[in-house]
Amino acid sequence: MARLNEDEQQIMRSITYREALREAMREEMSRDSRVIVIGEDIDAYGGTYAVTKGLAEEFGRERVRDTPLAEEVIVGAAVGAAMAGLRPVAELMTMNFSLLASDQIVNTAAKVRYMFGGQTHVPLVIRMPAGGGAQRGAQHSQTLESWYAHVPGIKVVMPATPYDAKGMLKSAIRDEDTVLFIEHELLYGVKGDVPDEGVEYTVPLNRGEIKREGRDISLITFSRMVHICLQAAEELAKEGIEAEVVDMRCIRPIDLDLALDSIAKTNHALVVEEGWKYYGTGQGMAAMLYEYGFDSLDAPIGHIAGVDVPTPYSKHIERAAFPNRDEIITAVHKILPQRVAR
Amino acid sequence: MAIRDVTLAGLSRETLLDFYFKMWLIRRFEEKAAEGYTLGKIGGFLHLYIGQEAVATGLISQLRNDDVVISSYREHGHALVKGVDPNKVMAELHGKATGVSKGKGGSMHIYSAEHNLLGGYAIVAAQLPIACGYGLAANHQHLDYVTMCFFGDGAVDEGAFHESLNLAELWSLPVIFVCENNLYSMGNSLEKAWSVNSLEPRAAAYGMAYEKVDGMEIINVHEAGQRAIERARAGKPTLLEVITYRFRGHSMADPGAYRPKEEVERWRSQRDPILLLAAKLREQGIATEQELQQLEDRASGIAEAASQFADASPFPTMDDLVADVMIDPTGAIAWRHQH
Repeated sequence: MARLNEDEQQIMRSITYREALREAMREEMSRDSRVIVIGEDIDAYGGTYAVTKGLAEEFGRERVRDTPLAEEVIVGAAVGAAMAGLRPVAELMTMNFSLLASDQIVNTAAKVRYMFGGQTHVPLVIRMPAGGGAQRGAQHSQTLESWYAHVPGIKVVMPATPYDAKGMLKSAIRDEDTVLFIEHELLYGVKGDVPDEGVEYTVPLNRGEIKREGRDISLITFSRMVHICLQAAEELAKEGIEAEVVDMRCIRPIDLDLALDSIAKTNHALVVEEGWKYYGTGQGMAAMLYEYGFDSLDAPIGHIAGVDVPTPYSKHIERAAFPNRDEIITAVHKILPQRVAR
Repeated sequence: MAIRDVTLAGLSRETLLDFYFKMWLIRRFEEKAAEGYTLGKIGGFLHLYIGQEAVATGLISQLRNDDVVISSYREHGHALVKGVDPNKVMAELHGKATGVSKGKGGSMHIYSAEHNLLGGYAIVAAQLPIACGYGLAANHQHLDYVTMCFFGDGAVDEGAFHESLNLAELWSLPVIFVCENNLYSMGNSLEKAWSVNSLEPRAAAYGMAYEKVDGMEIINVHEAGQRAIERARAGKPTLLEVITYRFRGHSMADPGAYRPKEEVERWRSQRDPILLLAAKLREQGIATEQELQQLEDRASGIAEAASQFADASPFPTMDDLVADVMIDPTGAIAWRHQH
């Protein structure tokens, strides 16, 4: 976890990922009158995942606006408002719906600065939950960050902890460029230590973080899989394998040096992600590690990802569609065969 | 013939001659651009505005500098009337570093921050949501600039058109939506694309003010624009449907097989907006033949000079290739590793 000084540690308290996000928006809206929040069901309903609850009452309905169910104009108008001098936070109900706005993300937000010769920029945050595991079926359980991370001109981040969620959202709102802020549906209720409200801190959008140190193998991961990797690392420690959990947390730009330094130490790597395996984020990361860190590796990089099917509804097969702790442990044993206690 | 300092529909002689000049400027500029394309100096797509000059001229001439114009990929005319330097627009078409967008945008991506000519967008209808965003920002900042958003009849078929009109009316955004209906979305005629042969019921569907105007009669265009601008300053959007015709193909690559030659010829000979205004100016004794010729010649000179400026300008450098992607220099992928 990020190092805090003693004063800060004294005022830490445990809050949920959801509360952390809400606090970030409250603090930034208080700090900067240019910050507005728009999206579907963020006011009267209280936010689909209750992240925006209370914001409209506190900041007024000029600054916190319910929109029609029209993703293209939600994001397009947010892009225009950002170009015109505001600091919009657009909430998309889920990442699945971002596909309806993908033209504005890919063809407008990511391109206007370049194609207009640097005369404009888009200081915009697009928040969206992604991921599966709550029996929401094939169209509501996707992790599509790699589609956007492929595109130059935008940033893509995926925090795993309440501390990172708050600190990174504050950074994203202050950022001069467009940030796709991808949350995970199953993390909203997860608690973690965060400094008291009003205690100023931010987390950069271009640095990953070692969430657990280890000497034997690097688990390269992000978002909810950070927690699953931490669980696996705990189990592995019992048999004497010290796994290092590398939370990439920023997908674009990527803190490649953090991962390279880690594999230089451990000489082994396993990439763990929830999304589909092929042409995705994990393969991209593995390719970069091979290209720039090949000499560090004593074995091929392992890669665990979601099963290559649309996400099923029924509970036990849905659970099988996403990586779990035991799968990670098995994969680590394959990469480190000599370390397995027999 | 004696020159009379009369007004025509409330417009001064000076304004009318300015209209005449600006329309010639667009036409001569576009002809020069076509020449540059034929000579291989301009690449990619080149969508000419010839035939539609009265629309941009009649509407944009009456905007303030802080009013915003957002357009499609057929936007050279809008840029010129908004006051963007013809040299810089032509240089952009030639892909030169002196272009408005440093040669990185091209014909379809003209942008000038200082003139609030905020972009040519080349995804059909994508500029309508963005215009809504400018309207939202104006309201939020309590500024009274209006946003004039130009698009073609093809954009009406996209979902973004409907999402944007609904939001603009719902949120009372100061946006003027200008559909330059030139009867063809690329090669597809209106009858094959619109289930209803007018935008009136579509505006009505969103409770939005609507006006249909003959886009070849610049005075009519001007008047409709005046009403729409007043409405926008008072915080309400308008949908203007301006009937016009492009005299050239969709782009320079268009062989034009989908339009009967006689139809094109009829519009050119009978409905040319420049000739229609010239006839009025002569009829009313507002300008002499010599004056009209001088204005046309002045436009030709500017277009020629723009072409020469573009020719003489340098191309972007390899530094330009990688510049201006994001504000944050660490935004590039694997930023630490690269430094």
